[in-house]
Amino acid sequence: MSENILSVKNLTVKYKSREIGTCNAVNDVSFDVAKGETVGLVGETGAGKTTIALSIMRLLQSPPASIESGEILLDGEDILKMPDAHMRKIRGDKISMIFQDPMSALNPIDKVGDQISEMVKLHLNLNNAESAGKAAEMLEMVGIPAARFGDYPHQFSGGMKQRVVIAIALACRPELLLADEPTTALDVTIQAQVLNMMKNLKTELGTSMVLITHDLGVVAETCDRVAVVYAGEIVEIGTADVVFEKRSHPYTTGLFNSLPDITGGRKRLQPILGLMPDPTALPKGCKFSPRCRLCDESCTREPIALRLESGTHFVRCLKMKGI
Amino acid sequence: MSTPLLQVENLKKYFEVPAGYLHAVDDVSFSIECGETLGVVGESGCGKSTLGRVVLHLLDNTDGKIIFDGEDITKVSAAKQKELSGRMQIIFQDPFSSLDPRMTVYQTISEAMQIAGKLSRNEIKNRVFELMDIVGLARRFVNTYPHELDGGRRQRIGIARALSIRPDFIVCDEPVSALDVSIQAQILNLLIDIQAETGIAYIFITHDLSVVKHISNHIIVMYLGQVLEKVASEELFINPIHPYTKALLGAVPVPIVNYNKERILLKGEISSPVNPKPGCRFAPRCDFAKDQCFAEEPEFREILPDHLVKCHFAEQFVT
Repeated sequence: MSENILSVKNLTVKYKSREIGTCNAVNDVSFDVAKGETVGLVGETGAGKTTIALSIMRLLQSPPASIESGEILLDGEDILKMPDAHMRKIRGDKISMIFQDPMSALNPIDKVGDQISEMVKLHLNLNNAESAGKAAEMLEMVGIPAARFGDYPHQFSGGMKQRVVIAIALACRPELLLADEPTTALDVTIQAQVLNMMKNLKTELGTSMVLITHDLGVVAETCDRVAVVYAGEIVEIGTADVVFEKRSHPYTTGLFNSLPDITGGRKRLQPILGLMPDPTALPKGCKFSPRCRLCDESCTREPIALRLESGTHFVRCLKMKGI
Repeated sequence: MSTPLLQVENLKKYFEVPAGYLHAVDDVSFSIECGETLGVVGESGCGKSTLGRVVLHLLDNTDGKIIFDGEDITKVSAAKQKELSGRMQIIFQDPFSSLDPRMTVYQTISEAMQIAGKLSRNEIKNRVFELMDIVGLARRFVNTYPHELDGGRRQRIGIARALSIRPDFIVCDEPVSALDVSIQAQILNLLIDIQAETGIAYIFITHDLSVVKHISNHIIVMYLGQVLEKVASEELFINPIHPYTKALLGAVPVPIVNYNKERILLKGEISSPVNPKPGCRFAPRCDFAKDQCFAEEPEFREILPDHLVKCHFAEQFVT
């Protein structure tokens, strides 16, 4: 299908170390991102969200990481089979990434303008003056006066630094943007500004986006489709409105029931019991079964497949509502 | 008429910095009854954590009174101070850096009781196990070190440590911010259950509005060291008055697709708390600011019954 900018197929990533053994970080994950679409990957710490993004960028450190199997097709071309030199060309140009922590994503001893220029100089073959002009233009685009071109990262607040990171990521007009918790380190009012800006830029530039977050509210505001990730697997995927309304997988239900409700009255929270399984020793059957209220013997026998619930809504559960 | 457990009057904390004075907490007043939770909400740098530490007298205050159980704790002797510290405790935000990595769970939870010196060795041991049961930490972890445990369990140790000498009052400084939502819900339920059982009072400091709504009886909204609005918890969410509160509530992403709400996008960022300019501190970012807002500081006034707001034009914003 040519209208998908990104197709991740059966991606499996493991981390191997002598002390800990084999850690099953990403297990047989498949999803597509259509052109212009925003797909959310939502889940808790350790679910494997960031590993998925780093696999797409080919930034996983190997060892200890190893991509065991799968394909990552960018515009039909398998990223995992690309020669390194070709990948370096694409990275930052065709696909870009925004990292969670803007402080550590920027070089503290380099002017922010230069950090943006570096990117365009490398990919667009511009001379110094042209790339500086382009960098100034990018600063204005993310709402920073171009006069601050020569300032260093420490002279900016957290929200402004994240804008600089976004400016770098978008400088070459990438077709695909991977945003890993882009607003998690920011205060809510600043988060609202940054999300709003990202939405506008996305529409303006027609960028497709994979948004990684643990915040269901951010997903509701920005994503067309959403994949709920648990223990390295997608347990539910579909359009955001359907997933948020049906909450078919017991884990998805559990996430929503754990959230204090800001719109209604006060109810006792219903947390998910227990903890995420140890990724070096995942349960044989359903990975969520040890914490699931609906689980019975049939759930623990063998791995559960993603099943179609309706339309484009898939759920990995034997006990889900309606079956 | 019962006197409040804790009464804070015109509390100020200024830090001396090279450029002048940093107004971290500026003229804050509130009171808390036994069994009640006061939510303190605001963004980074608004002074909420400093407030928590000054109230516990972990930091000296610059001015104002902290009256705990009828006594101004800013003026008492060191010995009395030590005695009082047993009645006031704190739970920290970061369950990683707030535990001594070289102390076992047992040592961490029992330390305060050993210092207090009121219990025998056996009583302390029983109390440690009792506390572990209360906070939901399996007894088999008693001899483990913090690095062997996950964030949720570490936060449970922090809570057990705070509860160990049966305080009347705990400052919870972002106790669930570092935790995943499913674990966060477990800890919030735990704090609520403990309060229902022991009648303990909390100051609950957080930047998360849905959490503060869930747990508090009253809420104060802070901005640059000052309280801009103070009201009962439900009322704040139904009828926010201050433009900052409205913007703050509007900025929270709600996990409902196509949720329709009024959103005021704030312009700019928080200004410097060092030598703040006269006038309303929120004025530079306020869409409704007029000349008066930049010239004189608004009073903190009762606009509706039990609903205080620091804004010259508060009446206009009542809906």
